[in-house]
Amino acid sequence: MGLDIKIPIGLMFTILGLILTILGLVTINDTEMYEQALDHNINLLSGLVMLVFGCFMLFTSTLFKKKKKE
Amino acid sequence: MQTTFSLGTIDWAIIIIYFIFVLGIGWALKRYMKDSSAFLEASRSLPAWVTGLAFISANLGAIEMIGMAASGAKYGMIIIHHFLIGAIPAMIFLAIFMMPFYYGSKARSVPEYLKLRFDEKTRGFNAFAFAIMTVFSSGISMYALAILAQVIMPLQIDWNILGIHIGEFDFYLLISAAIVLVYMVLGGLTSAIYNEVLQFFLIVIGFAPLVFIGLQDIGGWEGLKANLPENMLHSWKFTGSAADNPLGVGWFGIFMGLGFVLSFGYWTTNFLVVQRAMAAGSMSAARKTPLIGALPKMFMPLLVVVPGMIALALTNIGTLELPLKEGTNVTDFDKVIPMLLMRYMPVGVLGLGLTGLMASFMSGMAGNVSAFNTVFTFDIYQAYLKPNQSDKHYLKVGRWTTVVGVLVSIVTAYVARSFNNVMDFLQLIFAFINAPLFAAFLLGMFWKRTTGHAAFWGLIGGTIAAAIHQGLTLPAGASVGVKGGYFGLVHTYGSEMAQNYWTAVYAFSTALILTFGITLLTKKLKTDDELKGLVYSLTPRVQDDSKYWYQKPEFMAVIVGVIAIIITIIVW
Repeated sequence: MGLDIKIPIGLMFTILGLILTILGLVTINDTEMYEQALDHNINLLSGLVMLVFGCFMLFTSTLFKKKKKE
Repeated sequence: MQTTFSLGTIDWAIIIIYFIFVLGIGWALKRYMKDSSAFLEASRSLPAWVTGLAFISANLGAIEMIGMAASGAKYGMIIIHHFLIGAIPAMIFLAIFMMPFYYGSKARSVPEYLKLRFDEKTRGFNAFAFAIMTVFSSGISMYALAILAQVIMPLQIDWNILGIHIGEFDFYLLISAAIVLVYMVLGGLTSAIYNEVLQFFLIVIGFAPLVFIGLQDIGGWEGLKANLPENMLHSWKFTGSAADNPLGVGWFGIFMGLGFVLSFGYWTTNFLVVQRAMAAGSMSAARKTPLIGALPKMFMPLLVVVPGMIALALTNIGTLELPLKEGTNVTDFDKVIPMLLMRYMPVGVLGLGLTGLMASFMSGMAGNVSAFNTVFTFDIYQAYLKPNQSDKHYLKVGRWTTVVGVLVSIVTAYVARSFNNVMDFLQLIFAFINAPLFAAFLLGMFWKRTTGHAAFWGLIGGTIAAAIHQGLTLPAGASVGVKGGYFGLVHTYGSEMAQNYWTAVYAFSTALILTFGITLLTKKLKTDDELKGLVYSLTPRVQDDSKYWYQKPEFMAVIVGVIAIIITIIVW
């Protein structure tokens, strides 16, 4: 199939990862917000994991593959 | 106790971004949908890792996500059997022995294989039963999504459109149906498979924090063990006698009922999952599909069973209170996942977890609709209604079948809402029809003498045997009715699952004996030449085209088997 699935997966996780990372950074001193998560800044953690995964998917997709000519 | 979520703007943004991508994938695939094969078979062109993840993701619908967490809280670690012996041996068998027939023959679907191997009536029986079953399953997924969404994401919707009242339930039902409809009509099976892969990653990343924090809250693995009864912490240890474990079933029932009949019946003959492998780009990729799916499958209990166990342990020490089912004093275990999300997830990851949950419901619908499309178009429409039309015609029919499939699912969802017993009853009938199916495949694929009449009557006989067994037994605590006992009560099982395992054993055995016996009494109508590529002894062994030995399906099967055994020993 002509569309490489890694492109939409990579894009979505990069965007969602960015949103959560920024949210985590903005609320980094908000102890009240993360009390329910046992004081883990779970947004920052999840955000970074998603960002790394999203970028990995994008870089290994056909978007970045140099066209090898035989 | 708070019963609804307070969603922030960011949570809604995450949900909406997900929907944009879901629809975007469909839209991007639209230009590749040039013929019926592209629409209904994904042109048989996908890489193995994509079909492999879709293979288990298609099964990871609403019933699995919500139901397995509920079972984790109800029965404990023993539920892990559904992910090990109840899945892995069948997946290996499918990859090594059965995929060469499915992928190598000209069959485009499981019913079509039955037609090539046996005869028209066996195909017809399977095609009709499967088509009805898939639209109903899709409807049940929609119903479950709408029920859950209206509880946890209240929107205060009270519209009146042309005299029809639209409440929250209707809103969520119709919007989810509309989204599935749009991306399925645009991109067909590929759309469904791509979204299943997307869903897989969302669920893993969305649920991992929940398990991580939940485990820490209960005091780690040790804390979990300390707060649960001993017999909820093992898979095999307490199966020497059915009375000793919470599931109420002994090792033989698990081994034969779940591990053999139910598992092989589902993973090797259900077109919903087999279709994913058939969409792979090569024979090698098709055979690797179930093996690649098996790897994450073995670790899924961490994400769906362990949360259930955590919830029960938290309830035992009094820090969590599981809600009761409306109007009863029975604990509503189905609320386990939403309760934990609400408890631990702040704004942000909460939206992510809910998105993962919704994604699983929606791909549950889409998976069923995609299997329904293919079976209806090829095995009912092309076979009985209008054969010998142009390919363009069947592509159009495939598209319209999607629309009809979604519409019927919506009706089904409303039926499920109004008559809960009707749905229980229908699911029961489907279980009866499915149970003996593996007997026909086993004999058909490995004994060339097996005849079409024998397979057909074996299936009918097995279905009747299932109904009789169920009618004579009841799970503990249930009353006579849909749950069984309608022919009089002979035996009571420890749980509904125990009863299901044994129903499957009786149905399968009856079908096996009948098919064997009738084969000996009937004439073989298909020549050896016609059966080439359909029966094991008449098919040349496949030469795998993998470059290196470690890429071969046989080697991967050994790895999967070894990991499954190690996990089994750990949770013994």
